[in-house]
Amino acid sequence: MSEEWKFTAKDIAQKPDLFMSGHRACAGCAPATVMRLIMKALRGPTIVTHATGCMEVVSTIYPYTSWAVPWLHTAFENAAANASGIETAIKILRKKGRIKDQHVDVIAIAGDGGTYDIGFQALSGAVERGHDFLFVLYDNEAYMNTGIQRSGGTPLGAATTTSPAGEVIPGKLEPKKPIADIMVAHEIPYVATASPYYWRDLIIKVRKGLEVEGPAFLHVFAPCPRGWRSDPSKSIELSRLAVETCVFPLWECINGEYQLSAPSKVIAMAPQKKKPVKEYLAVQGRFRHLFTPKYEKLIDEIQRITDLRWQKLLKKCGLA
Amino acid sequence: MKNVVEQKVLALNGNEAVAYAVKQCDVDVVAAYPITPQTIIVERFSEYVANGEVETAFVCTESEHSALTACLTASLTGARTFTASASAGLALMHEMLFVTSGCRAPVVMAIANRALSAPINIHGDQSDTMAQRDSGWIQIYAENAQEVYDSVIQAFRIAEHPEVLLPAMVCLDGFQLSHSVENVNVLPDDVVKKFVGVRQFPKVLTHEGKLAPLRLDPENPMTMGPLAFPNYYFEFKRQQEEAMKKALEVIKQVHDEYAEISGRTYGDGLLDAYRLEDAEIATVCLGSTAGTVKTVVDELREKGVRAGLLRIRAFRPLPVEGIRRALEDVKAVAVMDRSISFGGQGGAVFHEVRHALYDSEKRPLVVDYIYGLGGRDTSPTQIHAIYKDLQEIAKQGRVEVPVKYVGLRE
Amino acid sequence: MTVKEKEKGWKEISIAAVCWKPSTEFLTGDWKTYKPVRDLAKCTRCLLCAIFCPDGAIQWNADKNDIEFDYKYCKGCGICANECPVKAIEMKLE
Repeated sequence: MSEEWKFTAKDIAQKPDLFMSGHRACAGCAPATVMRLIMKALRGPTIVTHATGCMEVVSTIYPYTSWAVPWLHTAFENAAANASGIETAIKILRKKGRIKDQHVDVIAIAGDGGTYDIGFQALSGAVERGHDFLFVLYDNEAYMNTGIQRSGGTPLGAATTTSPAGEVIPGKLEPKKPIADIMVAHEIPYVATASPYYWRDLIIKVRKGLEVEGPAFLHVFAPCPRGWRSDPSKSIELSRLAVETCVFPLWECINGEYQLSAPSKVIAMAPQKKKPVKEYLAVQGRFRHLFTPKYEKLIDEIQRITDLRWQKLLKKCGLA
Repeated sequence: MKNVVEQKVLALNGNEAVAYAVKQCDVDVVAAYPITPQTIIVERFSEYVANGEVETAFVCTESEHSALTACLTASLTGARTFTASASAGLALMHEMLFVTSGCRAPVVMAIANRALSAPINIHGDQSDTMAQRDSGWIQIYAENAQEVYDSVIQAFRIAEHPEVLLPAMVCLDGFQLSHSVENVNVLPDDVVKKFVGVRQFPKVLTHEGKLAPLRLDPENPMTMGPLAFPNYYFEFKRQQEEAMKKALEVIKQVHDEYAEISGRTYGDGLLDAYRLEDAEIATVCLGSTAGTVKTVVDELREKGVRAGLLRIRAFRPLPVEGIRRALEDVKAVAVMDRSISFGGQGGAVFHEVRHALYDSEKRPLVVDYIYGLGGRDTSPTQIHAIYKDLQEIAKQGRVEVPVKYVGLRE
Repeated sequence: MTVKEKEKGWKEISIAAVCWKPSTEFLTGDWKTYKPVRDLAKCTRCLLCAIFCPDGAIQWNADKNDIEFDYKYCKGCGICANECPVKAIEMKLE
């Protein structure tokens, strides 16, 4: 059980990488780190299925594959439907004695495209049907693989190729869809957010998601240096700043009960530790236009929305 | 035939015949979404599941796209899977049809042929499956509920055959066939179970350097559905085409093997010729209309007219050779298309029959009759008129109007 | 890079496009411009670099009781240098 699972950094580092080296992700790609960490959290036989997207493409260029576990990709919008079919087949084939009678964990992984937007229907349907699987969203906040186009997960004010910052419009005008809260509203047993800087927290949450009987949803923050126009060396640092500014707080919702995770709880207990969003925005080229007199008001708006969502979260966690 | 098994007769409509056949075929997963006129298939099947009459996992997905996806991935995990759809539902699956064939998953699907929107129409025509003829699925069109039952059972064997490994759809005309009750001879459960057998898996080379059965299995991890760049994609498509070629033989073999136990044949399995041997004029059609045409052919023969019919049972793979041999001695051929390829001068069957005849030294005159779109009924009188046209065309020795419409109000 | 070998025909390759090479045969090390160089004296073996590396290019070697940088895969992103708590890693021009 995840509660009893104690591990050191060495334990994790010693586990062989089931997401193998030699994939063709960009230098400094945080989603790649996230994939490695997810695979370090496995507890037994596992089948992984992906939606079309960066991680799927860079890791399975025929005839090469980076996956040391059974792995399947079919299309963009159906990672959750993929998982539904796999999980159903395993259950029935075990029952009929056609395959080894052992539990197999099923993980569906998708980017923000394959989760917020085109993938949402299949996700919502799969969790409503109660399939036993873990859905991991690696959120780099745009359709990165096709060239940085905006998604429902792109935050307010971010410049993307379909919501560019121009003379009259300062990037995306809509705030980030609260996908994890939407999954909480589906009343599934486990929903959580994670960030790769807090690797221990992420690994434990993956394990918890696997252990849950029924659907589990994990929203992982995954900076993209290419799309965010940030330095490749800063991707993990950005995943820390996002938590420290409360742009991406870390929490779990276990059977409907919200619980703040340690890195965010620290801030809740000592609000002076909460960093201004400006610190987070300044490191990314996709927000560069906000640091001009024309659009600087938007930074206040971003701060306002961040604070509002943070307060709402604290209330849900009983800490307001 | 020596080994014909004793069968009981049930009153079933086309949809019920599908559900009954699936019940007997040891299917592991059915993932489906309802759409008129297929709904009875999923409803009846869910009753079997609720009553414990089948050991099948039944998943009510939230859309057809997810239904086919779930069947595909369950199939790749080792399950025998089935689904059903029609019209807009099949259209919604479009992307996944190609993926299923590309992944070489032997999914079987029943399609209760229905018109495509717009305007929306729930009645039968064949435009839904015709629009998917490039997708790499085997297509078998049934004439009556008996053939529907027989074809669904055969479809599992054809699709799962190691030289084929392509998904297969069994097509039945919406309402006309799906909802009409007929006498259907059904085989005993154990006979069907033995006929379909247990799924076999081909061996493929994995990244671990081993040859392992094509299945998602933690014992033999493998990666399916990768990105293939221009340097490799083409080869996989060639493999699918090779499988289609093999399917021509396999469809016949399975048909013949099934005939041994059922006592029923449908031509040679690919093509069903009716009084065509010495025919001077003939029609070509798919599906239930053939029944009406046969009645007309008989009436004409009574009067001494050398009329015949070629019913195409397997439309994919297209039995090019068979069509050529069956029709090249006919003077005038009317292809009846229950769909239209807009801007293509006629319907798909017309185009493909002409293609099959093109290399022949003898050149029958071929015309197209678009009929029955949106479920419009076609009467024996109208079919008589087609044969009358053919007699005229045969006499004149030329075609004035290549494409005509049956029962269309001008 | 990886040596280009003669590509196989449709009759030779397995059906359904199942991958038959692990990505470890594809060396991405030539992508880098800067490479991480570790000051062994400063390094506390906290292993954060090995955990954060997107390419798994820093692995723990039990025999050596130390981490190892695998320059065959390292793309020179600099995350290891940026995250090292004691600044033991320097990115040097290759």
